[in-house]
Amino acid sequence: MPLLEQVKHAILAPSDLQIRNIDSIIATLLSTPVDVADVYFQSSHFESWSLEGGIIKEGTHSIERGAGVRVVSGDKTGFAYSDRIELPILLEAAKNVKAIVRHGQNAQTRIETAGSRPQLYPSANPLKSLADQQKIDLLKRIDSETRKLDSRVEEVMISLVAAYDNILVANQDGSLAADVRPLVRLNVSVILVEDGRREQGSMGGGARHDYSYFMEGDRALDYGREAVRQAQVNLQAEDAPAGNMTVVLGPGWPGILLHEAIGHGLEGDFNRKGTSAFSGRIGERVGSELCTVVDDGTLPGRRGSLSMDDEGTPCENTVLIEKGILKAYMQDKLNARLMNAKLTGNGRRESYAHLPMPRMTNTYMLPGESDPEEIIRSVKKGLYAQNFGGGQVDITSGKFVFSASEAYLIENGKITRPVKGATLIGNGPDVLTRVSMVGNNMQLDSGVGTCGKDGQSVPVGVGQPTLKIDGLTVGGTSV
Amino acid sequence: MQNQAEIKRLKNVVQQLLDEAGRQGATAAEAAFSIDNGLSATARLGEVETVEYHCDQGIGVTVYFGQKKGSASTNDISEDSLKETVKAACSIARYASEDEYAGLPDPEELATEFPDLDLYHPWEIDAEQAIDLAIECENAARHHHPAISNSEGATISSHRGARVFGNSLGFLHGNLSSRHSLSCSVLAGSGDAMQRDYWYSVSRNAASLESAQQVGEKAAQRTLARLDARSLSTRQCPVLFAAEMATGLIGSMVGAISGGNLYRKASFLLDALDTQIFPEFVRIHEQPLLAGALGSSSYDAEGVATRNRDIVSNGILRSYVLSTYSARKLGMQTTGNAGGVHNLTVESGSRDLESMLKLLDTGLLVTELMGQGVNRVTGDYSRGASGFWVENGVIQYPVQEITIAGNLKTMLRNIVEIGNDADLRGNIRVGSILLEQMAIAGE
Repeated sequence: MPLLEQVKHAILAPSDLQIRNIDSIIATLLSTPVDVADVYFQSSHFESWSLEGGIIKEGTHSIERGAGVRVVSGDKTGFAYSDRIELPILLEAAKNVKAIVRHGQNAQTRIETAGSRPQLYPSANPLKSLADQQKIDLLKRIDSETRKLDSRVEEVMISLVAAYDNILVANQDGSLAADVRPLVRLNVSVILVEDGRREQGSMGGGARHDYSYFMEGDRALDYGREAVRQAQVNLQAEDAPAGNMTVVLGPGWPGILLHEAIGHGLEGDFNRKGTSAFSGRIGERVGSELCTVVDDGTLPGRRGSLSMDDEGTPCENTVLIEKGILKAYMQDKLNARLMNAKLTGNGRRESYAHLPMPRMTNTYMLPGESDPEEIIRSVKKGLYAQNFGGGQVDITSGKFVFSASEAYLIENGKITRPVKGATLIGNGPDVLTRVSMVGNNMQLDSGVGTCGKDGQSVPVGVGQPTLKIDGLTVGGTSV
Repeated sequence: MQNQAEIKRLKNVVQQLLDEAGRQGATAAEAAFSIDNGLSATARLGEVETVEYHCDQGIGVTVYFGQKKGSASTNDISEDSLKETVKAACSIARYASEDEYAGLPDPEELATEFPDLDLYHPWEIDAEQAIDLAIECENAARHHHPAISNSEGATISSHRGARVFGNSLGFLHGNLSSRHSLSCSVLAGSGDAMQRDYWYSVSRNAASLESAQQVGEKAAQRTLARLDARSLSTRQCPVLFAAEMATGLIGSMVGAISGGNLYRKASFLLDALDTQIFPEFVRIHEQPLLAGALGSSSYDAEGVATRNRDIVSNGILRSYVLSTYSARKLGMQTTGNAGGVHNLTVESGSRDLESMLKLLDTGLLVTELMGQGVNRVTGDYSRGASGFWVENGVIQYPVQEITIAGNLKTMLRNIVEIGNDADLRGNIRVGSILLEQMAIAGE
């Protein structure tokens, strides 16, 4: 079945809503001139299974449906949503949100509508890609194999989740854009104990795919191996040093630095309002010549990828920083219009109950030319950060922070002892100017990223090659 | 909403879910139905920016087949959907493992008294009024001082809701609640020197909110105070956590004494019961029945009665924070904390913030923390911070781009004093906390 038909069947049919009904909602929104009007329909199917203490402890299942009605006039937005996809309710919502327009200007610019786009992921329901018994068997097998790896393993916790979203966006020009989005994720975390010392390790991954993703190669069991390896390293770790030093970031997930320190500051809304440390800096140098950073929503199957964003705009591969020069911001319709910029396919929302805003997809740095080993060799004394927990940024001051979950000292060009509790802190607009070497080993993360902004969570991807940063503040306990 | 009629409607649905679970073979079940209606309006640069109408509802059901458990939820409350949701929960329970600790609470633990906790004060505010108030708040901030250069806006939000919870032991109760807030965030300075800060007020009763003028001015003052912030050199020094940051410190302690983390042995306070974890003067207690407070409830997420109790007294950990399941895993009794703590209160000394600064003498006042650098298993603590450098009890200059680090076990033991300036905007009520010493990393 063609995608649009599939989505209509999933969303409109159960509510007995017809296309002409949607037209009447849009017509209500357009009875006063507005800049953007849309109705966003969503049907979501979600499940999770968890194993702990060697048993399948619980599972949850959820089905949610709803629609959000929005109008934008200038920089003013009216928004209402309902979990009942029923014509009278949606018409009432449309009337309510339109009231905002009285406060606005009556400019009218038509936004270009989405053309045809490639499907970046399968459209089948991932929850049904395995029988429940097979899901259970998979978790039990990871548990027993992981416990065999090290006699110090005391606890293994595994979670397996899948989500399946059907999306239909009705735009003001009468166009309908549909998307079907699968997403799966598997996480293994372990606690190891030795002589009373307890340390944690965890590893996970996922994709816009079905559960078979975890059966490819030895992927599911590899997560367990990696979790145990991290905990083993942490058992040996000493207190991290404190102070300013050269920091080498490993490839892949440490790209969260780009996401936090740079990416958020390049989202269109902050820049339109002039509240970002990167505001008004297009064309300026924000990184060394070695740094080219993109936001790419078009990678097939990646966690952060989308065939279209939540406004129906096809996702793109947008060059944000090219050889250190700031090139573009990420946009949704409202901000692109007001900034006179082109749409980049970054208008995302957590669900029908949230307003879209500019969000990242997969944000990563392109590979450079250095051999990663040569990068380590070039450091006399510093920190090698291979894995990170979360991070955070203050968009306005540009200050960012993130915590290394696996880090080592570099002494005389060699990675030596593991250290714990290292936090990196710096300033977004200048951290990339201190990048002095970029590895030839670009890696994307394993598919675990979730980004929060204004209380909305969306799945994202990050990535980078090995990077050397001259002078970053490391916050440890060893002063 | 028609208050009692609405609760009755919700109760009917919850009872239907419980009955359906029984029909489908569940030996026990619990279910909840909650609805929430709200309005929020944001003003920026003196004009309305967004108006949002919120309307949420959801049901959730957990079923047990003997010792096997499954859960499901939906926002579609049609009869067919209720049946399908129960069916989905039952299907999961069939695949779950036998877990000897799983199950509903013991019947004698369930709440039987439901005092009026004064939690419902709907605010009859329409979009126009909300917009006007948001504009007033944002104007107060923007006009406070010429150095205020930009704004992220001011937001008014008003919510009212109802929730009914029931289980197959015959518990079925509902309550209404409201929550209103007023917040504002503004910027000062430009280019690399740009700073932003915010303030908010939240209450169950709109009449108790700080005024729009107050919230706006406080946001402006906080932003201005951050201008010309510098880093610090790497050092050890005493640290004063402002009240709104101290709540996070106590929150980390609560996480470490929560049943789920204890039975998983993922806590830096394992086996700490009846031992000294704070200095002797520290008392921490739970006050679930405080009238009008944000964390008040006469029963927890499983229907278990909540009660006033000491968690820490004379600095000694007296009790964990447990649900029925985690309590059974640990061979203990539930403490009525399924879903978390209720108005956790840290008793304070007699000092206000100014007097706390005098006690700090020379050191760091922390007003913002960033990042997730708290390891609950080991207690290792290392977070990005900003605040003020203080000498002889007087604020000297704002500080940013530093980290503060330590280990929570020692940090808790090294509390010197707790101020009487408690932040009452959350579920943890604590004043500013002075720590003897922490490691600062900076330029």
